Amino acid sequence: MLSQLRSVLAVLALLLLAACGGPAAAPSAERSLILATTTSTQDSGLLDDLLPAFTADTGWQVKTVAVGSGQAIELGRRGEADVLLVHSPAAEQQFVAEGSAGRRLLVMHNDFVLLGPAADPAGIKGATAADAMKRIAEAGAVFVSRGDDSGTAAREKALWTQAGVTPGGAWYQETGQGMGATLRVAAEKSGYTLSDRATYLSQPDGLTLLSEGDPGLLNVYHVIEMTTKAGDRVQPEAAAAFADWITGPAAQQRIGEFGRAQYGQQLFVPDAGKPEPVP
Amino acid sequence: MDVLVDGFVQAVRLLLGGDPATWAITALTLRISLTATLIAALVGVPVGAAVALTAFRGRRVVLAAANTGMGMPPVVVGLFVTVLLWRSGPLGAFGLLYTPTAMIIAQAAIATPIVVALVATAVQQVDPDFMVQMQGLGAGRLRALAALLAEARLPLLAAAMAAFGAVVSEVGAAQMVGGNLAGQTRVLTTAAVLATSRGEFALAIAFGLILLVIAFAVNLVLTLAGQHRSVPAR
Repeated sequence: MLSQLRSVLAVLALLLLAACGGPAAAPSAERSLILATTTSTQDSGLLDDLLPAFTADTGWQVKTVAVGSGQAIELGRRGEADVLLVHSPAAEQQFVAEGSAGRRLLVMHNDFVLLGPAADPAGIKGATAADAMKRIAEAGAVFVSRGDDSGTAAREKALWTQAGVTPGGAWYQETGQGMGATLRVAAEKSGYTLSDRATYLSQPDGLTLLSEGDPGLLNVYHVIEMTTKAGDRVQPEAAAAFADWITGPAAQQRIGEFGRAQYGQQLFVPDAGKPEPVP
Repeated sequence: MDVLVDGFVQAVRLLLGGDPATWAITALTLRISLTATLIAALVGVPVGAAVALTAFRGRRVVLAAANTGMGMPPVVVGLFVTVLLWRSGPLGAFGLLYTPTAMIIAQAAIATPIVVALVATAVQQVDPDFMVQMQGLGAGRLRALAALLAEARLPLLAAAMAAFGAVVSEVGAAQMVGGNLAGQTRVLTTAAVLATSRGEFALAIAFGLILLVIAFAVNLVLTLAGQHRSVPAR
């Protein structure tokens, strides 16, 4: 019986050794920085395209935390991230004014689109963004919201305010999840939703693009450096390396080309060095 | 339905085709979950046995706490570990957040109460006179304890399997403390969640199937190890 116990332990130890010897004992101890960013940059696949090039160019490994813009800014505020890549301009300006952030630089933009069922029961096709929101509310048509303090949710709230509507009631549903998941809920419920164009193009099933091109739908991404004022362990040199790289010519070219081969159109427009857009 | 078929085909292709990223994710999943299970066993077996065999004040409270721990949501454990490992947290100096080590810590914390509770139950099942008899036969206390654990080996293995099953399948803590970093902390569960959020359902199902296969393999090895001389008579 004792020998059986021993053999069990031996097998366990062997399994453990086998697992430890795997190729996944990857490097992690070198220079690494923490990037807090939005789900849209990850779900669209942009980061997978950019980050290996950044590591090759600078030697910095990147630990990406893909969350809503609100949470990304909160991580920056606590000094838990070195650099942010976010798309919630009003919240960003407020955050930078607090004084713990360094430079805030324009990186790129794309746009938000209003999506809904092909039948379009609220009749929003071709309407301006605010007008479309008002019609959805008046028709009591299902609207699926991120409801998660992301940049997209912040924009949606701004559009409701512009439309003079306080959303609520059975037609207004919040998922609290990322953009990909929210798109699928909207498709399943034949509801309307607001999405960034990149995530929509990567999974367009079941939803029709009904309103686009309104200035109020501009979606602008900034990189924000953190400083040691946010926390002792923030690495300002890492933040500067990332901010300089992503606004540099090589990364800007990659951003402009991203998605062309797969979707036949540009997903993000590189904007580094251009004047700040006025929403 | 096509998605399920595609997922199955893709799982076979990823595994047999030797896709390096998939193999790395699978190896990392095994490494993290087995290490966490081993730590939980090293801590949980002595603690569980001690709780079962010794009388002390608050023993039932400890047992109830361990039983509660069995149902602890991984995402809550993940949140606690995250706050501890934050740069601004008490263990921030070690820079462990978003590393495999952080995931092992969180998963060991999830698995340990499971082992404690199941081991305590298993040891209590053994005839209470067993220890006395063994010592009567001249065995020392430690040797008697080893014999007792050998006697209860099947439930002990069940405890290890339950612990492994809990940690290899959980996603909340792995996502939170690991961050799902490609090539660094991406395991099968978090890879499946990411594939889902990208709308790549077949790939997500493929990861799920690979997870089932390796969980089966580990349980098969443990079961064979525990049963190899106790085949029931036909």
